[in-house]
Amino acid sequence: MNSELFLLPFNLGLYFILIYSVIRSVIWFRDLSRPDKLRLQRGFFGRPFMESIKEIFNESLLHRRIFKDNPVLGYMHMSLALGWFLLIVFGTIEADFFGEKHLNPPAHAIFFRFFNPEHGEAGFAKIYGIWMDFLLAFILSGLLLAIVKRFIPKAVGMKKRTRHTWTDRIALISLWLIFPSRLLAESFTCGVYGTGSFLTGNLGASLASVLPAAEMAPYFWWLYSLSLGTFFFLLPASRYFHIPVELFLIFMRNSGIKTGDRTSSYAEVQVHACSSCGICTGTCQMSYAAGINDIQSTYFIKGLRDGRDISDITMNCLMCGRCGEVCPVGIELGPLRLIQRRQERRSDEPLKFFDRYKLKKAVTAAEKEPAHSYGYLQTPEPVKADILFFAGCMTHLTPSVIVAMKKIMDSAGVSWHFMDESGGVCCGRPLMLAGRDKEARELINHNSDVIWKSGAKILVTSCPICYKVFKESYYLDADVMHHSEFINLLIEEGSLRPGYLHKKVVYHDPCDLGRGSGVYEEPRAVISYVADLQPVRQEESMALCCGGSIANMHIPSEKRMLIARDAARILTSGAPDAIITACPLCKKTFSPATETRVTDIAELVAEALPVFKKPARSVKKKVLHRVAHS
Amino acid sequence: MNRFGFHITKSRLIDYDTSDRKVRQYITEREPSFRLCFACGGCTATCTAGQHASFNLRRMNTLIRRGEIAPVREEVSRCMLCGKCQLVCPRGVNTRHVVALAAEAIMKYDRNEL
Repeated sequence: MNSELFLLPFNLGLYFILIYSVIRSVIWFRDLSRPDKLRLQRGFFGRPFMESIKEIFNESLLHRRIFKDNPVLGYMHMSLALGWFLLIVFGTIEADFFGEKHLNPPAHAIFFRFFNPEHGEAGFAKIYGIWMDFLLAFILSGLLLAIVKRFIPKAVGMKKRTRHTWTDRIALISLWLIFPSRLLAESFTCGVYGTGSFLTGNLGASLASVLPAAEMAPYFWWLYSLSLGTFFFLLPASRYFHIPVELFLIFMRNSGIKTGDRTSSYAEVQVHACSSCGICTGTCQMSYAAGINDIQSTYFIKGLRDGRDISDITMNCLMCGRCGEVCPVGIELGPLRLIQRRQERRSDEPLKFFDRYKLKKAVTAAEKEPAHSYGYLQTPEPVKADILFFAGCMTHLTPSVIVAMKKIMDSAGVSWHFMDESGGVCCGRPLMLAGRDKEARELINHNSDVIWKSGAKILVTSCPICYKVFKESYYLDADVMHHSEFINLLIEEGSLRPGYLHKKVVYHDPCDLGRGSGVYEEPRAVISYVADLQPVRQEESMALCCGGSIANMHIPSEKRMLIARDAARILTSGAPDAIITACPLCKKTFSPATETRVTDIAELVAEALPVFKKPARSVKKKVLHRVAHS
Repeated sequence: MNRFGFHITKSRLIDYDTSDRKVRQYITEREPSFRLCFACGGCTATCTAGQHASFNLRRMNTLIRRGEIAPVREEVSRCMLCGKCQLVCPRGVNTRHVVALAAEAIMKYDRNEL
């Protein structure tokens, strides 16, 4: 068993993956924009580097985020990642100290037992052997969980498991084979020489008593080397590429690079950093409430990586952002999908990985889809106002919200102008969500013009969809406020004094207001001021989507209803008097899905206001007056 | 016919020489709820774009069903995709998708890809 030929697959695989990783990193770095390059360079010599090391230890090895979510799953990931890492580190130290010379090639550490079969009989080497055996046992326990997870996902608390491509499967099998084959190879060798610690020693002794250990050992050393080599070769083509890429991603993120709104190598790094763990599928309402199981972020990312046509997957998403909140790698799944939506508008061909290196065929004007054009829009007469109220399209379908807002602003005594009283123009976000940025820009320019000319200081909107786009994509001089923030401001400065309603209510965070814009506190402050606000099971950053989202053009209305019913069921589990929301679309979607009353925050406050006296002009009073005098 | 006091108004005429139902087929294949429309006109009544220009989803529905593409080609790009029509639709037609598909279908029709 002295032939070292079996090292070939391992060595080839290892050097392939090392060279590939270096080339890849250089390409990614080269494709970064100039400011991002500077950020990365600055980050390398500063705090971000140390933070990255810490995060890599916490997330890539310990997997703390998964631990918090699901301890069993966390243990599985940790034992494989941390265990393997420690095995390599301590294996290298072992080979360095106990091997015949220092600075061995990596194979000498990985196949230490093969080169030093008689090692570890007594003294410190023996204690060290216990530690190495413990590490191997640690990994094998995680591997056992991984196998259980693959066949019975529910046993480890996964709702769904991801479906894998064939490269992923082969890589998975080779990964699974690495550690058992190492165990058997070491055991057989130890069995021959009577060495080894509690795991390899005992197993080796018992195996040697029934099998010809000396003949068996080389086969398993071959298997060990082959599975490692196969794994390394398939790494770039499989989901396990996330192992090296995640380190790169953490460092880039800590250096302050953002996804932004166009394709970049940062977006590409994120795509490759996805481990297809499937945690996003478990949190997707379209999966567990509506039974749509092929559009989740993990499949989206995988499709992107493999360069498949994923236009259906890209478009069929509510963009509620819940998956991005739970992603253990911290991939910005929402922005990535939006980038892809834009990308698909640009060309009919699905964007393939190597496309940017090809020459592109020029597209003639006749071949392009006619762009949406809003040349028909006319700028209305400018009106001067300090506070501009923009109800938004959806709010026009819930007139009670408009009535309530009018009542609130009148009773607070602010001077305001109703910007879209006679209809107005869409804010542009629905077009953006459909990937039609250019068209959206036309609407944004139109609305910006009106707002600029009004000279408004505050722009109040009743619709979180509009709120988000006003905040992010408009260049305005005015403060953009959602009406919940505005009402909170009015209450705080004392110009609005609503009473207290003896009602038990729950609050539903609209996606675009909560996760989308980070407004969690203000609506809760307002509601607690006028009613008894109850907590719900999933709220704030993990709040449910009502299912009505305009981001999804593909989902049929009956599926929307399933999502709405499921979300409403969770919201009403404490039997509240009303569901309070801050979005007209959520109100519209929830109303038919539940028996409980669904009210907008503005309506609730308006209800709590003392009866508002209109300036005495009513006909009745005049009549009474006349009667009294006659 | 004019002699009897009847005459055919152009809007009531389906000319089988010029009508082409490929666009309708393209849309119904991808968005089956298109068939559910019973032309109540709720979408048109609430339409944001319709308040500023001639954009009539109900009429476009009828035209697409009848295979008349030319008038639709002009109008379809005026939609702002705001989604009000979808909320008022009593039949649950996925109207935004219908409009998006109509634009796509007409583009493909013009390129002879349908």
